[in-house]
Formats: sequence, structure tokens, C-alpha cells
Amino acid sequence: MNIFVCLKQVPGTTDVKINPETNTLIRQGIPNIINPFDTYALEEGVRLKEKYGGKVTAISMGPPQAMDILKEAISLGADEAVLLSDRAFSGADTWATAFTLAGAVRKSGPFDLIICGRQSTDGDTAQVGPEMAEMLDVPFIAYVGQIEEILNGEIRLQRLIDEGHEVLQSSLPAVITVSKEINKPRLPSLRGIAKSRSAKIPVWTLQDVGLDPDKVGLNGSFTRVVKIFTPERVKKAEMLQGEIETQVDCLLEKLKATRLI
Amino acid sequence: LTTGIFYNRLIAIAIKRSSLLQYFLTEEQKTIKDLARKIAEERILPVRAQLDEKEEFPWSIMKDIADSDLFRIFVPAEYEGLGYGCLELCLALEELSRACSGVAISFAVSALGSYTLIDYGSETLKRKYLPDIASGKKLAAFALTEPTAGSDASAIRTTAEKVAGGYLINGTKQFITNGGEAAVYTIIALTDKSKGTRGASAFIVDKDTPGFTFGKKEKKLGIRASATRELVFQNCLVPEENLISRPGMGFIMAMKLLDKSRPSVGAQAVGIAQGALEAAYDYTQQRVQFGQPLILQPVVQNMLADMALQVEAARSLVYAAARNVDSGKDYTESSAMAKVFASDVAMRVTTDAVQLCGGAGYMKDYPVEKMMRDAKITQIYEGSNQVLRSIIASELRKRKAANK
Repeated sequence: MNIFVCLKQVPGTTDVKINPETNTLIRQGIPNIINPFDTYALEEGVRLKEKYGGKVTAISMGPPQAMDILKEAISLGADEAVLLSDRAFSGADTWATAFTLAGAVRKSGPFDLIICGRQSTDGDTAQVGPEMAEMLDVPFIAYVGQIEEILNGEIRLQRLIDEGHEVLQSSLPAVITVSKEINKPRLPSLRGIAKSRSAKIPVWTLQDVGLDPDKVGLNGSFTRVVKIFTPERVKKAEMLQGEIETQVDCLLEKLKATRLI
Repeated sequence: LTTGIFYNRLIAIAIKRSSLLQYFLTEEQKTIKDLARKIAEERILPVRAQLDEKEEFPWSIMKDIADSDLFRIFVPAEYEGLGYGCLELCLALEELSRACSGVAISFAVSALGSYTLIDYGSETLKRKYLPDIASGKKLAAFALTEPTAGSDASAIRTTAEKVAGGYLINGTKQFITNGGEAAVYTIIALTDKSKGTRGASAFIVDKDTPGFTFGKKEKKLGIRASATRELVFQNCLVPEENLISRPGMGFIMAMKLLDKSRPSVGAQAVGIAQGALEAAYDYTQQRVQFGQPLILQPVVQNMLADMALQVEAARSLVYAAARNVDSGKDYTESSAMAKVFASDVAMRVTTDAVQLCGGAGYMKDYPVEKMMRDAKITQIYEGSNQVLRSIIASELRKRKAANK
């Protein structure tokens, strides 16, 4: 099994502050961590490798500091890691991110499975996984809660849905995004930490990946961030007065006026 | 009030750092300490009250500890360990004990049960057992104490009679930590009753050896997550190659083993005391009485300061004693000192922590009463503090005599 796990570096806090001038996240003073959902993806990749053999490669696109999470990934069982880092990659939306990651995976040769977390805790879009699958032209399954078996180039797994789960079977290669129900990520090991210290993690630039500069980073992004802001929470209450009938009429009118009914 | 706040801040700085002083730990030693803390906070803290209440052996945490390679710390590299020394083991134990020493001791006893084999065992025996102990697949235990032999370990009655095909073991071991849970036991038995302590020998016994069974599981005051049981040997045949070193070496090896492992009991005690100090600090800062947080009361600050300085002094002595063991110099006295001092500190500090937390501290919803119960055993096991004080005194006399 040749497994890729996509990791995103996110701020290790839920209390995100935004710089009003640049509309970007204020990252100063906040330790960066592996996107919590991606830790389940990494663990699942390592477990599959332990069960079926093969190799797990952790891959991340980000600034040079993202090297830290890739080192951590090696301490948690990844065999190799690749950092995609280039000024040209910055400002990427989900499409340009997926395009870059998919390009790097394609460059690395044939793969069996790409595992992503179901979404990131900062962007929350859950789009990069499915977009990669489209770009690589392979099947995609989201919200995987359990991998039952991999046999003869096919994967059987459970996808979580509101009412329970569906059992699906797909050919490999494929892309899946996993939910936190899938496993309990392990803690690092002393030997893993020693390995991560000495690991040489390559940094691939735009040129290394060999992609069209117009399709990566801000240039390749279809979406533009116009403004990021913390929405003001407005709570308004209005007490209706009078007889029950009058109140009902009044409520009906208001609902109609706001086109709720 | 301003002075109060100032002291409060000073105490906070002192307490919140897991150790105040620079101990010149290497990167690897810091990694071990950090990793053990991570295990303690993520895997032990959430379940420690339940493990204590139900007297449940922490198998799933043992698995986490194994996966993190902590069992490899004390096993030499040739046998799939990482070949670290006493100090590294102490660092791990201190951090695990800060959350729960019942869990920590279950881990530590695997080291205690392995050291005799590591230091004196044959190559075949080491190859056979150590890799599984290093990976955490098997836990080890050490059995010396018997109903008639506590502080007076020379009073053991368990016998190992030389017969065709090995040694026939008969007798009962008491209060054996990891009893019933461990797969590998280092036991001390008499191969020659006429020679007293010179007639004792050490053996490795597998859990599933016929004639080896387990008696009652003890109910304890503290370290309740750990298993403490009787080992019963009835015509239990152990192959000759399971004898460690030569016949007659058992007692000497056991005494040397305890000298070596005492700093780790000290490390457990430091961990317990550190945990109690932090809990007491948090409580006194939050608890408001007479219109202000308790911590602003000079009498409370005084107690916290005393606790903090005792913990740091104990830590310094334990680390120094552990380094002394690793240096290979004579360490009987320093190991005894570290164990005695740190365990007395743990008892005092946990008692004061309960006092500072008042009624809440006395209740099981709050962790300090457990820490107080857990601390007590550190004054008792691996040489009671009274026995160890007499060892220190006799070493003192020996030194005095040597200087003349």
C-alpha cells in the first residue's frame, strides 16, 4: 500500500483573531498544530500500513514552519514526508490547494490511497479532499468512520450518515476523508521522536512539482477573500401584546413580511 | 494586598514550572519527561479517579506506555531497548506519578522485575525475555517479600530444591506488585536452607508455569490501580537455565537491585508531591473566603512556599542519586537518602495539600485525598524509611571509620 496523508497546519486555538487590515488570521503567539481531524487520517494511514504493509507519506502545503507538523507526523509513524512550500503557493483557495497537492502526489508516482481529515478547524470547508479526487480522477468517499477491509485492490468501508452508517466498496486508488470516530490517534514514541529529529524532509517548490504558475496560489484561486470578520451576534426580542388572536395575527404578518412563510 | 499579590505571583511561577531549577537535562532526557507528561495528561488524568475507585489494573494505559517506548528506557539496546539509565527512568516515573502513582508503579515494577536479569542473567535468558519486556508485550515483577519476611528479608522460607530437570519451587510470596498481571517474575528462593542468606538464589518464572498460582488480590489504602497479590508455588518446576547467576547469589543481587531502584521510588514520591502542590495551588487561588482568594492569606502562602521548597529539594536529591547510580559509584547510601527524603516529603506535602483544600480536599471529587493515600506506601515499600535510616546511619559510621 502506498498511502498519502494530507496534513494542514492550523492555529492551536479555537479563539481565532483576525487582522482587520489584511483580512488574515493573526498567527503570532499561537502554536501551530496538525489540524486535529488530520491526526485521525494519519493514524489510520499508519494502522493500514501496519496491517497491510507499505509506506505512509505525510504531505503538507504551507509556509516553512509547516515542517514542524511533518516532523511530528514522522514521530507518529509516517515513513516519509514532503513539504510543498513556495511563495507562489500562498493565498491558495481550496481549488488551488487541491491542485497543488494532487500535482505533488502525481509526481510521486502511483498511489493506492489518499487520506485526509474531514475538514480543517480553521477553514472548515471540507473541500480539498473531494477536489483532489476529481483532479486525480479517482473515487472519493467522505466521512469514513471505519475501514473494514482492503482486498484485491478494493476497499470496503463505513461512511457515517445521520442515521447510522453505509457500507461502501470502492476500487483503489481512491481518496477518503475520515471522521474522528475512525480511531484514537496514538501518542508519539521515543523511537519515533528520534527518527523525526534526524529525518530529512524535502521541500518541493513550484518548479519541483512542475505545475502551471497560473493554477496555484492566489493566481490559481477561483475565490477571493473579500473580508474576514467575526460576525456580531445580534439578539432581538420583541414581546407581542394583546389578546391571543391579535398576537397570532401579528406574528403571522411578521413571518410573512420576513418571507419565512 | 499588593505584597500578597506579588508573593502570589512568585509562588505561581515556582509551582507551575514542573521543576524550578536547571537540572541540565539532555534533549533526550527532556523528550522522555515531556512524553511521559503527555501520556499522564492525556491518558491517565481522565481515568485516574475511576481506576482508584474500581481498583482496576490500567491495561490500556500500559499499552499507551508501551507504544510510546517507555518500557524500552530501562532495557539495554542489544535487547531492543533504548539503554537509558536510572535518571531517565526517574524522569518518566515522576511525570506519570504526578497524575497517578498507582499507574506509575505498575510501569516501574516491570523495571524492578527486569534489572536482576539485565545485570546478572545469561545471554540466552536475556534474549528470551527482554525483547518482550522492552516492547511492553510482557510486564515483569519482582518477588522477595513473604509473610514472615518483610524488612527482615533474610527470613524468607520459599525453597528451590535442585531436582532432575531444574528446580522445584515451594512457598508463598506476599504483597507482590504486578502479581497476576505480569508475565515474567524474578523470585528469590532458598536453594540451601543451611546457609541462610548465602543460600538464596534468583529465578525467572513464567506466569503459566504449572504449580505457580496466585492468591488473593489485596485491597489497599492507596496505589489502588496497581495489582498486589500473593504468589503461590506448589512443586513448581523451573528449568535450570532460569536460575539467574549462580546459586547463593540471590540475596546479594536483591539488595543491589533495591539500592539501584530506590531513586525511582523517590521519583514517584516527587511526582505525587508535585501533583498535590499544583492542585493545592489551583484551589487556594480560586477559593474565596473572607472576601478574597485563600492564597492571599499569609498563612496559606507560608504553607505553599514550604511545600514548594520541599518538593524541589526532594527532586534535586532524587536526580542527584539517580545520576550517582548511573555513574556506577557506590550508591547504597545516596539511594536510601533519596527514597527516604522524597517519600517523607510526599507524605507531608500531600497532607498539607488536603489541609489547604479543606473540606473539598477531603472529598473524593477532588484529587488530593487520593494523592495523600498514594503517598503513604512510598515510605513503606522497597525498604521502610526506618530500615533505610539505619542503613544511612551505618554507612555514616563506615565512612567515619574509613576516615580515621
